[in-house]
Amino acid sequence: MEKLSPHAEEILESLWIATVEEKAVGCLLSDLDLGPEDEALNELVRRAFVEKRGDRLYLRKEGRPEAEMTVRRHRLAERLMMDILDIQGEKGNDQACEFEHLLHEGVDTKICTLLNHPTTCPHGKPIPSGTCCEEARKKGEVGVVPLTELKAGQKGEIAYLSIGDGLKMQKLMSMGVLPGNRLELVQRFPSYVFKVGNSQFAVDDVLAREIHIRNEG
Amino acid sequence: MSEELPPPRIVLVGNPNVGKSVLFNVLTGSYTTVSNYPGTSVEISKGRCRIDGRNYEVLDTPGMYSLMPITDEERVARQILLQGQPDVLLHVVDARNIERMLPMTLQMIEAGLPLILVVNILDEAERIGMKFDLPRLQQNLGIPVVGTVIKRRQGLEELHQAIAAYQGPTTAVGPYASDLEADIERLSGLLTADYSLGTRSTAILMMQKDVEVEELVRAEEGEGFAQIAPVLHAIKFARRADLNLQISLERKRLTREMLTGVLQQDENERPMFAEHLSRWAMNPISGVPLLLLVLYFGLYQFVGNFGAGTLVDFLEGSLFGKYINPAVVGFFNDLTDIYWLRELLVGEYGLWTLGFRYAIALILPIVGTFFLVFSVLEDTGYFPRLAMLVDRLFKKIGLSGRAVIPMVLGFGCDTMATMVTRTLESRRERVIATILLALAIPCSAQLGVILGLLSTVPGALSVWLLSILGIFLFIGYLSAKVMPGENPVFYMEIPPMRLPQLRNVLVKTLTRMQSYFLEILPLFLIASVILWAGKMSGVLDLVVKAFTPVVTSIGLPSEATAAFIFGFFRRDFGAAGLYDLQTAGLLSPVQLTVAAVTLTLFVPCIAQFMMMKKERGLKVAAAIFVFVSVQAFATGWALNQLLLVTGVLS
Repeated sequence: MEKLSPHAEEILESLWIATVEEKAVGCLLSDLDLGPEDEALNELVRRAFVEKRGDRLYLRKEGRPEAEMTVRRHRLAERLMMDILDIQGEKGNDQACEFEHLLHEGVDTKICTLLNHPTTCPHGKPIPSGTCCEEARKKGEVGVVPLTELKAGQKGEIAYLSIGDGLKMQKLMSMGVLPGNRLELVQRFPSYVFKVGNSQFAVDDVLAREIHIRNEG
Repeated sequence: MSEELPPPRIVLVGNPNVGKSVLFNVLTGSYTTVSNYPGTSVEISKGRCRIDGRNYEVLDTPGMYSLMPITDEERVARQILLQGQPDVLLHVVDARNIERMLPMTLQMIEAGLPLILVVNILDEAERIGMKFDLPRLQQNLGIPVVGTVIKRRQGLEELHQAIAAYQGPTTAVGPYASDLEADIERLSGLLTADYSLGTRSTAILMMQKDVEVEELVRAEEGEGFAQIAPVLHAIKFARRADLNLQISLERKRLTREMLTGVLQQDENERPMFAEHLSRWAMNPISGVPLLLLVLYFGLYQFVGNFGAGTLVDFLEGSLFGKYINPAVVGFFNDLTDIYWLRELLVGEYGLWTLGFRYAIALILPIVGTFFLVFSVLEDTGYFPRLAMLVDRLFKKIGLSGRAVIPMVLGFGCDTMATMVTRTLESRRERVIATILLALAIPCSAQLGVILGLLSTVPGALSVWLLSILGIFLFIGYLSAKVMPGENPVFYMEIPPMRLPQLRNVLVKTLTRMQSYFLEILPLFLIASVILWAGKMSGVLDLVVKAFTPVVTSIGLPSEATAAFIFGFFRRDFGAAGLYDLQTAGLLSPVQLTVAAVTLTLFVPCIAQFMMMKKERGLKVAAAIFVFVSVQAFATGWALNQLLLVTGVLS
């Protein structure tokens, strides 16, 4: 099947978010800034991904899987931009929007694996899981997750620290937060409290996100 | 001749919360503040001791986590290591966390420092099932190792012997991985000057991008630095990704080697009561009620009712009012007929009446009870838990949880609290904390009078509380928005909960009260003299007159002006002034509330202003002064209008 145009992908994406996440019944064409004779729109109608009734656009059952994957690619792109490439804010969003359209033919799977099958985007929205995520779960791959993903009481080995600020990183290291050391998360709210050796430390979510743990369940 | 030489110097170093300060006190016999809170011992303590017939000078340093300094305190500590020329360095470690603290020992051995390792808190370590073979550790490390329980003076004799017999550094660390060693060699080989840390450590620190050390080398090597720089840059670049990490991991590996056969751990871990209490304190569901309990019993009942009520009534009402005051006033009246002298001594604003009496009968019991509660809480280890509990909320006002300590201390004495803001990490945080302390945190002396005053009018206390809390959050939020810079990051060690030791608590309370008094009493006396001079010369009347329109504009009687002027000399003078007005029946409930709110917010006392100037500089202090004054009266005006329009309290 031929690849959808970037614009068509964006329409699908907005429609999916409105229909599935916000539980709206379809979407007004004007809300999507679409004229009735939009090229990308016609492309979607032709493939029976969407249905146009008057001024309102509906996501069809046939279009759902494709739409879900588009959202997935967008949010994976956001994660990549913000977590790995450290492009933050508006710029990160813009870059992610361009980048998502390149994540086809297995590239998304690779990125997803690289990111260790993330479940949420940087804005906290869920990332629809792909087949790669399901497979990883089936195989019981533990993977490396940020401290923020651990539940209270879970233990793991510190895999790496990804703190940009060298001084903060050193501080943590001199407190014994070192790769290879075992860590137990004691509490998640209102701050993260964890135990390394016989000491306890409290950090905020900013730092907790930078401490990556090889999860052992 | 040998008597002319300065005595050999013992320097204590180590992480926070390992018992360094207690060791210092045990060694020197004198007492400084012992703290459970990382970073409270900012100032360096110096003392003397005599071991085996020889005099030593003893220095305590702020807690540090590694030889590479991050905070100002650590910088100070390293400065002492670098330039203080210690003859014996006592590295105090917490036995329970020896694995995490030994890397710093290795760092210091590497630097060729004259080191003795003090493995402290052995009792608690043994209680959680750790067993040590310290002679073996001594053998592995090649430096003297002494095991102690310093708070019970266990191991002190052995430590004395080790100090007396100390010969100087003899051992080396290493080697690290071969590629790392090659780089260290390449760089250290180029260093020609004499460094107090030795060339190896100096090279490593430079590689780790320690700017201060690099500057030192630049200065020491002069022209030779031109050869060093390219090598240094090449190494830094080649290892840009993970040098610090690699060094840390190498030290961890060496630490493990040092500890082989030294440490045995029994695995039957059972959570103790302290552990449960700790979890309760940190869990918001139980932690918030616990905080309220602490506030209610600690602050309201003990400081408010007992300190500001019972004790003040006794001292001020009975002891001074009935016996001492009449006697003293009578004595001076008999002594002299000169009007101005009488006024200066026992008049309305006299040295005795306003200065001593207020300080001893009114302030001492309130501040004393507060410091007692504060010291107890500090020694239990409650504050770091409170800090993690409020961190999220404090982030909204531009502070990290760390700032909870100066804020709580502010309820005792804002001047002291302003000084403690220096433990905060960024300038932005320090300034915001200083503003909030100046504006919205009433000190215990003021609090005592205001609570007593407002409790007579139903509802007034709630309005006051809401106003102050609202202003605290609102101004904090605004400052965080307006002040440039990033939100602070929060990380803090949570020391174990401990039962406070009576002696420590008492001595700490007394030390705090003593320093409070040494600092405050002179200001009290100066304030009395200024007020007396103002009254005598008529200047006070002029100032009060000039200021009256401002006060009346927020709906207060002109008599209240004096309270505001006095408020600057001592925050509680102002509140006490209101008290007089209230007893004279001059204030309506609305006026009383407005006056209390405005006075609480109004300019800090003169002592706090001096401290602000010292800590933040004149410009910032003056700006805060102006801002706080305007904010106080603006709030007073708005509150007055609001209360009049809504009819609340009237």
